Amino acid sequence: MITFPWITTLTMVPVVGAIVLLALGSRNKVLVRWIALAFSIFALILTLVLWHKFNTVADGFQFQELHAWVPSLNIEYRVGIDGLGLLMLLLTSIVVPIGMLASWQIQQRVSLYFALVLFLQACIFGTFTALNFFHWFIFWELSLIPAFFLIKLWGGSKSAKAAMQFLIYTMVGSIAMLMSFLAIYLATRTFDFTELAHLAQSGQLMPAVVSTLGWRLFTPEHTAMLIFFGAFLGFAVKVPLIPFHTWLPAAYSEAPTGTTIILTGAMSKMGLYGFLRILLPLFGPQMQHVLTPLLWLAVATVVLSAYAALAQTDLKRIFAYSSINHLGYCMLGIFAVVKFTGGDAGLTSEKFAAMNGVFVQMFNHGLTAATVFWFIAMLEKRTGGLRGLHDFGGLRKVVPVFTGLMGIALFSSLGLPGLNGFIGEFLIFKGSFPLVTWATSISALGLLITAIFILGVLQRVFYGSLGEKWVHLPDLTLGERLTLVPAIGLMFALGLYPQLILGVVNHTAIQMALNLRNF
Amino acid sequence: MNWIVRNLWLVPALPILAAGISALAKRKSRVLAASLAIGSMAISFLLSVCAFAHVLLLRSSGQPTLQFFNFRWFQFGNEWLSLGWVLDPLTAVMLVMVTFVGLLIFIYSVGYMAHDDNFMRFFCFLALFAGAMLGVIISNSLLLLFMCWEIVGLTSYLLIGFWYSNPKAAAAGKKAFIVTRIGDIPFFLGIAWLYAQSGTLLFYNNGAGFLEHSAISHLLAQTTATGICVATGIAILIFCGAVGKSGQFPLHVWLPDAMEGPTPVSALIHAATMVAAGVFLVARVYPLMSAHTGIAAALTTSTALQAVTWIGSITALLGAVIAVAQFDIKRILAYSTISQLGYMMMGLGVGGVSVGMFHLITHAFFKSLLFLGAGSVIHGCSGEQDIRHMGGLGKLMPITFVTYAVGMLALCGFPFFFSGFWSKDEILHAAHTWNISQAPYYMGAFAALLTAFYMSRQVFYVFAGSSRTTEAGAELAHGLAAPDAAGHHASDHDAAGHHAPGTPHESPSVMTIPLMILAAFALLLGFLGTPAWPWFQSFLDGTPAPVNFGAFSSGGMIPVMLSSSVIVLLGLGIGWWFYGRKPIKSADAPDNLGRLSPSIFSALGAALYFDAFYGATFVKLTTVLARVSDWLDRWVWNGAVQTVTYTIFGFAHLDNFLDRHVVNSGFDEGCNSVSRGGKLLSMLQAGRVQGYLKIVAGALIVFTILLLWKARI
Repeated sequence: MITFPWITTLTMVPVVGAIVLLALGSRNKVLVRWIALAFSIFALILTLVLWHKFNTVADGFQFQELHAWVPSLNIEYRVGIDGLGLLMLLLTSIVVPIGMLASWQIQQRVSLYFALVLFLQACIFGTFTALNFFHWFIFWELSLIPAFFLIKLWGGSKSAKAAMQFLIYTMVGSIAMLMSFLAIYLATRTFDFTELAHLAQSGQLMPAVVSTLGWRLFTPEHTAMLIFFGAFLGFAVKVPLIPFHTWLPAAYSEAPTGTTIILTGAMSKMGLYGFLRILLPLFGPQMQHVLTPLLWLAVATVVLSAYAALAQTDLKRIFAYSSINHLGYCMLGIFAVVKFTGGDAGLTSEKFAAMNGVFVQMFNHGLTAATVFWFIAMLEKRTGGLRGLHDFGGLRKVVPVFTGLMGIALFSSLGLPGLNGFIGEFLIFKGSFPLVTWATSISALGLLITAIFILGVLQRVFYGSLGEKWVHLPDLTLGERLTLVPAIGLMFALGLYPQLILGVVNHTAIQMALNLRNF
Repeated sequence: MNWIVRNLWLVPALPILAAGISALAKRKSRVLAASLAIGSMAISFLLSVCAFAHVLLLRSSGQPTLQFFNFRWFQFGNEWLSLGWVLDPLTAVMLVMVTFVGLLIFIYSVGYMAHDDNFMRFFCFLALFAGAMLGVIISNSLLLLFMCWEIVGLTSYLLIGFWYSNPKAAAAGKKAFIVTRIGDIPFFLGIAWLYAQSGTLLFYNNGAGFLEHSAISHLLAQTTATGICVATGIAILIFCGAVGKSGQFPLHVWLPDAMEGPTPVSALIHAATMVAAGVFLVARVYPLMSAHTGIAAALTTSTALQAVTWIGSITALLGAVIAVAQFDIKRILAYSTISQLGYMMMGLGVGGVSVGMFHLITHAFFKSLLFLGAGSVIHGCSGEQDIRHMGGLGKLMPITFVTYAVGMLALCGFPFFFSGFWSKDEILHAAHTWNISQAPYYMGAFAALLTAFYMSRQVFYVFAGSSRTTEAGAELAHGLAAPDAAGHHASDHDAAGHHAPGTPHESPSVMTIPLMILAAFALLLGFLGTPAWPWFQSFLDGTPAPVNFGAFSSGGMIPVMLSSSVIVLLGLGIGWWFYGRKPIKSADAPDNLGRLSPSIFSALGAALYFDAFYGATFVKLTTVLARVSDWLDRWVWNGAVQTVTYTIFGFAHLDNFLDRHVVNSGFDEGCNSVSRGGKLLSMLQAGRVQGYLKIVAGALIVFTILLLWKARI
């Protein structure tokens, strides 16, 4: 059956945009910006078409495209999306225009900047849609290149070091992952995610790998575990899990804020996506085997990053750590789901809740973090790049609308009910508490510390007496308000009617949780 | 289903809608904001009265008085999460109280906030608060209740920090939010646990709600690994939320600081409604709180209710003790509120829903009356809040004085004619007959003595004698005032300081009329719940309420009543002995009670150093942990990474060294080839990123073409 190649088209849209921008050059900056924005909006519209056409109750992947690519190696070009993939596509399509708008004032090498952003978007799209490890990995690695240059060339004073650290860190993780997958490929002669998942569920995957490798020094269990750790490292660095996270605060704070938005809003989901799409189906027994240490890593991620955020004085570093904290809840939810894979019917409801919670939290964190960084970008623009916690005070008096809207984004980040942040956290805690009671209880501390540092930001920046310097700080312009309306509106919409997302992803969440059953 | 039940959501939705509209409107549209807030509140009040009437009607016709409406919210897995609202006597009573008191305070605020720049924002927040609070009341789901509960906390934060340029107000708002959130975290976990155990968060759902029999007995039958009954564990976690919200010991420290907010906010949120939400929560989940497995069901009290009772009695006593030594007119009332909330908790623990709730309702009226009266005093004194600088206001502000006296006597529980007497007496009576311990009764009785004492102290200071407010004196004494009182002047002065300073004056009628209405209720409400005609109790419990004057003489009622009367009169007498006998002449004179033992008095004045203690422990711990996390990040995690990196670089250098000096063979040739390659590469690495990117783009195009070409095969 020949259908329209929706997903390849979607991935190609930003690539075409990038080529157009490069050909155009930076002579007309205004035009370049608008063209870049137009392409990203076009991608958003395409994603919304997919959202509309998506069948929410069908099993498996939709909009699939399957073509032989390197037949001799059994490599295929296979793309498709399920509810999770679709949700991530939508998130990326929303976050990238936000990142562009927040980069509007960039003056140097404008066409290159926006071309790299579009290229990055294409790579992220590719990662979220690929169903064959081969080109999935190409997209995964390729995404590092634009991100590296975006951080290095347009970043702050220490951006070269931060970019290099970011690159090497993720590269090391990726190489470890590549090794693991080559080992798997040698044994199975396939890179296809679905086939590999079937093999893993029937219990053939690891024995095959172990016998192919035939390492005498290791027991089969240890070999399997080693393969798992290779893959795990790649994703753990990307999410990141503490202690694999030290590239993140530097990268987020040194990158131009528009890029930080894309890094935190869309790219940080690639790691979680990998956990869900690749690690869970393939390495369930291994994860179960080391679940306790994994849970502690998740708890440490949640709690330590919240505390670390409390100690920061740079707004971007604060929310960099806050990002780690929010994704830590997702890790907690994922590990909780792995805990009981037996046929305990009483716990399936909890697993469904946690899995849905993880999905929703991924989306909501992307939206909220992107918006919060957007506000920081607008603050930087107004104050000549200042973003220290102690640089301000009493701003609410002169920029009441800015304060109000940023307050909404901050309270969404805090998890206030009625806004989007609450739903994911509620579902994750509801699902995880009965599954992994103690880890969840300790993680709840993160909710408290988050409140402390977010209210601290509000207090330091917007409350108190107004400094002489800021008396003439301009409030949001009409244009800025209008561009903010969709993001803020979405926060309310998802907080009050989460069925908008859950209706689409629930079926995928059920499938993912149930597929874990059959080890 | 009845119209009012189906449309009960309108009661909270209207104020929220009003808040939404005024949030979007222009900042200067004062009339719009005030009229929207007051109008929506008035309609909500009328709807609440309809709901109340509907419950009364059902009751008189003998039908079940509990009706609910549930709806689906979202789906996860194979189940739907449902929310809903419920109309029962508890809801009805609370709805009428909150909308009525709220309406009066809204009207009062028009006068009080008239000259504030952010008048509009104030009404926007107030309306949002009212909506969320009404949402808490009508929720038929613990989750919906929790959501509204958090939004109530948000509005409390916003309104305490309303005068945000004052750093103390900003700090107080933050403190309130965080301290209540400390209680909310266990509450949140309790919700998760409850959901896992009972499979629903609905209170009532035709037998499937978790407050209904089958779920409760299911919860009772389970025990955790540590041997605690699941029902008890969940109940105590939920109670933690109530402790935070209702300012119970040990989380009471935020409530006095919350007085930094405008006085109408203190009256509405931090006296009458929000702080009572914790009490309401315990009352709402009472079937869970009181569930126990004892064989003699009538004789034992569940562990959770014992916890409620003890926390309540400690709080009642603690608040009263600290209130004795305060000098800020609003702080005295704040500690008094803490103490009275403790009474309510105690009442719930020892006597049941109706006992605690009756005091909640009467307290809401007389305490908001007292706060509004205090606001009128502050307004009249141009922002002064220190009672040492008042005096003689009885003559200058007669309406405020009389209504304040009514509120004060109601709070003290002056025998027979004031509502506080009946509601407090009922709690003490229930405590007297409690089967676990007599200690709560004695603690409560002693707190009642102190209540009468500190209120008479306050009234003598403020209204008796001659005025001690001279502008010079006020300015001078302000530096000498207790540290906790400093800073208030600036804040409330902003709102009220439009009059010529120095001469206290009566407030405008938009402020005094609400006072008079509240005073009338503070007097009359008590008669709805006397032992002779316990209408209120029977309404909540669903039992008939015959008029029976014989009830006074049964069950040890008379001795308790007499002794509490004596206690109140004694407290008032001691207050008069210390402060009323001789008029207080100078604002700088030491406190008459303080002279007895200055050290104890100053310890009480500093609220028994709770803040200092928490500052030295929990706050310190948090700061230290934050530093440790940061340090771990910079040195341990990053250090490990750096070590690995340097090790690798070290090997590279070592390798390089060996290559140069040890492995000599083929060096020249290698050198040449390297230099050739280097030239080639240096063409690429000209440092021109556009160059790089053109290559990347070119490669990409090739790649894409290849891809499409292969794909076609």
